[in-house]
Amino acid sequence: MRCRKCPKRAVLGLPRHNTAFCGDCLTEFIRTQVQRAIKAQQMFSPEDRILVAVSGGKDSLTLWEILLKLGYRVDALYVDLGIPGYSSRSKEKVEQFAKVVAEPCGSQLTIHTVEEDAGAGIKELANLIKRPTCSACGTIKRYQFNRVAWQNHYDVMATGHNLDDEAARLLGNVLQWQEEYLQKQSPSLPASVEGFAKKVKPLYRMTEREIAAYAVVNRIDYLVEECPMAKGAKMLVYKDALNRLEAESPGTKQRFYWGFLDRQEKSSAVAPSMSQIDQTTLQPCTVCSQPTTAGTCSFCRMMARAKTALK
Amino acid sequence: MKVHLSHPTRDVVIQGPKRVADIFKELNLIPEAFLIIRGQDLMTEDETVADGDSIEIRPVISGG
Repeated sequence: MRCRKCPKRAVLGLPRHNTAFCGDCLTEFIRTQVQRAIKAQQMFSPEDRILVAVSGGKDSLTLWEILLKLGYRVDALYVDLGIPGYSSRSKEKVEQFAKVVAEPCGSQLTIHTVEEDAGAGIKELANLIKRPTCSACGTIKRYQFNRVAWQNHYDVMATGHNLDDEAARLLGNVLQWQEEYLQKQSPSLPASVEGFAKKVKPLYRMTEREIAAYAVVNRIDYLVEECPMAKGAKMLVYKDALNRLEAESPGTKQRFYWGFLDRQEKSSAVAPSMSQIDQTTLQPCTVCSQPTTAGTCSFCRMMARAKTALK
Repeated sequence: MKVHLSHPTRDVVIQGPKRVADIFKELNLIPEAFLIIRGQDLMTEDETVADGDSIEIRPVISGG
């Protein structure tokens, strides 16, 4: 197979675009798509300071690399969850990337260690408070990323969520008719109230396979290993179902998620905006001051329960 | 050929030469969920893997 843009050998076919690219043209294509996403969703400008949430996996390290290559002012935060073996291997990948690729560009890595903060790693913590590990992990990561972005005056927080993540999440939300979650499923969420950082997903136009191919072509050394806590997760079932549909009809995932975004944009002309809803429903947490719908936010309630159980 | 797979990590031996697309079929894998890597290079589905080659079939799906 030949590259559709130059005479070189193709390294990846992209059936959803009915094309194929060599390594150089794939790199150019993906960086262009990311830049297009940033502009289309008004995510940030070259003057803004961006905090990328990194895990050591392909998506977050690729996002960090692309934003650096595109010349944005970007730093990164890694949350060490304390999962035996897995966390140390993922942290090693992040630290190596920071040292070799990011620091020479003036980009800094911050590490937050859950065990130092909570007195236990994520698995023990989840057991103590009797919540599924992935649910406790999500609460902690969302809280810490927002806290670090807000306290350090970053203009925006970026995550490596891709088209597969968003399409699978959409499928899950539609299957359960979780309308309140559907409303928040946008690649760009505003800093709606005091204490909330703006959140963006610059990889939402790219599939996981395209991002993984970019990482291989550009020698980004990421952790291939899957989080042991994710085994049996619903998201993986939804992704598998969508990939089977994609194999039969290339472009399904894109049509599903982008079609949703088109409809969301049209309905935003008549429905209250995310900011308006947040401003009427959120208030500062009585413990930490981060915005919450309850008196005390879910993170602080979780930490209080964990500290009681640890005594 | 030697084929390295992940989740769980294992090596299997397949009779070659064989096209990448046929390797996917033989192992009952969806191409959209994997990359095929020989050495440090990606391979497309129409390329052929020689009998003496070693390849990695790398999953690209992540997340919980």
